[in-house]
Amino acid sequence: MSEWTLFEVFVRSKHGLNHKHVGSVHAADTTMAIENARELYTRRSEGVSLWVVPSALITASSPDEKAPLFDPSDDKVYRHASFYELPAEVGHM
Amino acid sequence: MYAQLVETGVKRIKDLSEMSEQERAFQEKIDSEIKIEAKNWMPDAYRQTLIRQISQHAHSEIVGMLPEGNWVTRAPSLKRKLQLMAKIQDEAGHGLYLYSAMETLGADRDEEIAKLHSGKAKYSSIFNYPTLNWADMGAVGWLVDGAAIVNQVVLQRTSYGPYSRAMVRICKEESFHQRQGYEILLTMMRHGNQAQKDMVQDAINRLWWPSLMMFGPSDEHSPNSAQSMAWKIKRQSNDELRQRFIDQTIPQLELLGCTCPDPDLKWNAERGHYDFGEIQWSEFYEVLKGNGPCNQERVATRRKAIEDGAWVREAAVAHARKKHKKNAA
Repeated sequence: MSEWTLFEVFVRSKHGLNHKHVGSVHAADTTMAIENARELYTRRSEGVSLWVVPSALITASSPDEKAPLFDPSDDKVYRHASFYELPAEVGHM
Repeated sequence: MYAQLVETGVKRIKDLSEMSEQERAFQEKIDSEIKIEAKNWMPDAYRQTLIRQISQHAHSEIVGMLPEGNWVTRAPSLKRKLQLMAKIQDEAGHGLYLYSAMETLGADRDEEIAKLHSGKAKYSSIFNYPTLNWADMGAVGWLVDGAAIVNQVVLQRTSYGPYSRAMVRICKEESFHQRQGYEILLTMMRHGNQAQKDMVQDAINRLWWPSLMMFGPSDEHSPNSAQSMAWKIKRQSNDELRQRFIDQTIPQLELLGCTCPDPDLKWNAERGHYDFGEIQWSEFYEVLKGNGPCNQERVATRRKAIEDGAWVREAAVAHARKKHKKNAA
């Protein structure tokens, strides 16, 4: 089985929603990966569409880069709607 | 519990002041209920313990298919046969979710499965008992899956993200297992003849104590519990979980109109729990050592399945290569 590839599986649960990562499967090729993913992750109508991606092809951010990557968004409160105070007469905006 | 007596390799738990900066940051994350993810730093003992625990859990799901597989061709109706096959397929699925979670820790699935087949890796003691009559299918679903649910519901809050997410999926599916088991027994008790009713009581008599053993030894005989609790890969003690299982199961047993094979079982109004008799732990340790009624048969069946399936896996690889070449040309 070690000759088989590890695939990450993404399921779209309903029309109009994003595909979401649900786990992984082993398979000899992409056709089998879809079949295995169907058997493993959508036995109870959990999805309407499947993606499989060889795990080795995914580039992920490293946990060490968490600060340089994500901290800069913390100090920009003016990017949020709640930053702007409007008089009550304006009503819902 | 599907994972019993998991070694942590840790003699004494360090307090925060004795830890390196990395270790302290890790423990503080756990203390504040932040999940650990695959790429986060973790102590090696945490990683190795999790690999042992998750692989043992996965092996239990896989071996757990065998006692039920015994009844697929003997199910009393087509409906029962379909339900049983759906349940068995779920168990295979649970095994695979867990092997996937284990692989995120850097463990190799084939290597871990080889350890199961060589007898080095354990699986839950419960699956080394035979399933002798149709009522066993009901009792396994109700008691064995019931005990597993008590354990797994708490593990949804385990500190390792991939393990916790696998548990969430598994718990959603387990309740079907338990209900279908109980319904088998209820049907036999309400509509069955005397011989069928006797089968139900017989199945309960044989599986009751082994189900209680699933939670593992008493807290004072669980040397690894303290570290596993500090790491939050275990969230409640064996005794607490066992008591919860007994308390919720006895009313269901009474509703069936059956009795418990424990003469000491009695409601204790003061404690608000059932008191129960002493568990024969020598039997548990013997089964874990490999001397249960079905240990050899279970491992031999798994080994044969892998060996007999080798040509299918080879053919799949050959077919994939051929297709790949054709597409490239």
